[in-house]
Amino acid sequence: MINLELPDYLDNLKTQMKGFAEGLLRPIARKYDEAEHTYPVELDVLKGMPVMSRPKKKAGEEKPKKGAERKNGSNMSQAVTVESICWGDVGLMLSIPGAGLGNAAIVAVATDEQMERFGSKWAAMAITEPGSGSDAGSIQTTAVLDGDEWVLNGEKIFVTCADRCDAVVVWANVDPSAGKAGIKSFIVEKGTPGFTLEKLEHKLGIRASDTGTFFLKDCRIPKDNILGSAEVKKSTEGFKGVMKTFDNTRPMVASMSNGVAGASLEFLKQKMEEAGIALDYNENTNNVSAMQKEYYMMEANLEAMRLLTYKASWMADEKIFNNVEASMSKAKAGRAGTLITQKVCELLGSMGFTREHLAEKWMRDSKILDIFEGTGQIQHLIVARNILKLSRNELK
Amino acid sequence: MFDLSLSKEQKMVKDSFSKLVKDLIADNAHEMDEAGEIPVSAVQKAWELGCSVSGVPEEFGGYGMEDSPILSALVLEELAYGDMAYAVAVTAPSLFITPINDMGTEDQKKALLPNACTDDYHVYTMAMCEPHFGADAVSLKTTAEKKNGSYILNGVKCFAPCASQAEKMLVSASLDGENNLFVVEKGAAGLTISEKEKNLGLYSLETNTVTLENCEVPADARIGGDKGVDYDRVLARSRVAMASMAAGMCRCSLDIVKQYAVEREQFGEPIAHRQSIAFMIAEMAYETDAIRLMAWQAASRLEAGKSAKREAYLAKLYAGEMAMKICDYGVQILGGHGYIREMNVERLYRNARSIACVEALSMA
Repeated sequence: MINLELPDYLDNLKTQMKGFAEGLLRPIARKYDEAEHTYPVELDVLKGMPVMSRPKKKAGEEKPKKGAERKNGSNMSQAVTVESICWGDVGLMLSIPGAGLGNAAIVAVATDEQMERFGSKWAAMAITEPGSGSDAGSIQTTAVLDGDEWVLNGEKIFVTCADRCDAVVVWANVDPSAGKAGIKSFIVEKGTPGFTLEKLEHKLGIRASDTGTFFLKDCRIPKDNILGSAEVKKSTEGFKGVMKTFDNTRPMVASMSNGVAGASLEFLKQKMEEAGIALDYNENTNNVSAMQKEYYMMEANLEAMRLLTYKASWMADEKIFNNVEASMSKAKAGRAGTLITQKVCELLGSMGFTREHLAEKWMRDSKILDIFEGTGQIQHLIVARNILKLSRNELK
Repeated sequence: MFDLSLSKEQKMVKDSFSKLVKDLIADNAHEMDEAGEIPVSAVQKAWELGCSVSGVPEEFGGYGMEDSPILSALVLEELAYGDMAYAVAVTAPSLFITPINDMGTEDQKKALLPNACTDDYHVYTMAMCEPHFGADAVSLKTTAEKKNGSYILNGVKCFAPCASQAEKMLVSASLDGENNLFVVEKGAAGLTISEKEKNLGLYSLETNTVTLENCEVPADARIGGDKGVDYDRVLARSRVAMASMAAGMCRCSLDIVKQYAVEREQFGEPIAHRQSIAFMIAEMAYETDAIRLMAWQAASRLEAGKSAKREAYLAKLYAGEMAMKICDYGVQILGGHGYIREMNVERLYRNARSIACVEALSMA
């Protein structure tokens, strides 16, 4: 039955996570923005926290007791949690030990034996290459089986947690002649000969996060470090399966955007109220000040972003195919979040340009959320192809 | 839990209205618009599905089901998917019935609801909007003054749906600075109702200017008695209705465009193969979703008996802006063809503007 109110336990989770963000992340947000790439030691307390662990029971297996109220699943909890933490700081969220995207990939597909070996490692994810961005199917990094070892060669850029991680999940092609079908992922541990961290990037925002470039030069890893099957199938089903993980991670990025935009708007609201500008959610917007009108419209946009995110997350929990909705949430949240944080700086005037306040930082941070995990344009492409039932050759 | 799935009952009601619209309205909305009227039989058929009365207790002539803003939101989206003028005409009585059922005194319910909740559709309505520059539903110029145990109403209202045929209507007025609703009967002294107004859109819907000149109504005409009404809740319910109708119109525009863009060929291939067109359609799709979700969020709070002032306000604000944008895209993608009145996107473009310009054309 339709009900868009968050249940109490998710509301409590939100409050709890916001409290954590306010107490632990906000106070050090500026410090690590300025000390770019430095590991935030304050996050050590989170080490060993099972951020990315396998659920004891697979979702859906646990039968709810008769008459008991049905609960939302883990994707909804994640949407609420990620938003609240990113309200604190998105760069620091990306720095939480053991919560790398690589960990998500490992948790999703690793065998029990691999889980044993890599489950406790902080794993980054390496997909992007200098010549391969949105078109992930075009990666040039290769993996060749030589006896009991895979030999990897290539260059990976924009790897989040590049310096701090213990291992990297690397996408490479085992059979370039097979095209996308040959793309597999491999776990490469730090310290493996031929695997070098070349440099860390200096970025517009999320400076607390260490984004780096890796070189793989005749890098040998054990045969068992491949995630999933090594078999190259004729179809591209395997690649599509890999891309499917984005259906879960895109709403997560949308949640990040909701968090940053929420922080930005809340700061503006606070300053407006301190100046005696009341928001009563009642008056015709044509009869209020320009600033109030802008504010209302931005808050409405934030609601739209959040509800589209909840929809995609709820669908994932309910095991409803959410490929389109995941992209919709990210397309909307990525873009609208960027615009909100820009506008808030404008409305704050001098307070929006000074580094004394975090508003300028939020404007820099939010920009990445319309870019990584697929740019807004790629999201539009996915949505449009789906609703118009067009192939990638028809709608390029 | 947070849930977007429809209950069996919600699905059944939604489907029955969807079918009605498909059978009666979809192919006729343009002719209705051109003719400037809606066939009485079409309104009656929707009325028979329980429009506006399902949430009224049986003793007052309703179906005795739960008073459900969510269900109303679903119904309004389906009706407006066919035609917004039709949606407003069919549900105009809800503007009268819902506030009384929700906030009237027992005596008022007993006296007013049974005549409005009959098997046959009778027009009951509300006069909320005012025609002056800067008009605002929360700072009304229409006044009510207490005098010798009755109330004297003065002011001018506009866009009152179907007011010329209404047996009774609710009129919003400020009483000592508090916003209230008063029942005004057909033919009351001091009540003048204009000819049909000529508007940008909703051609087939009759709306009227209602002038109240020292119009005296009895003490029990004030809804909620001495306490008055929860005016914020009245507005919230009407705003959910406006947003839901916006979602319906946007979905209609989107469906037309989706079909057109894959059929229309230029430079040897469908125009949908161009990102410039395809991306507009993608945007139409998620913004339509967003409008609907915002309406449902406010409706969920209303249904739980909570205040939805903020949520409904933002939903209508967003719907007003986005419906215009989406229906603009609808015309733009059809190009010159979209500018021709025979194309439904043209009507949607005009009608969509009403969401931002007008308040209280229906109640969720």
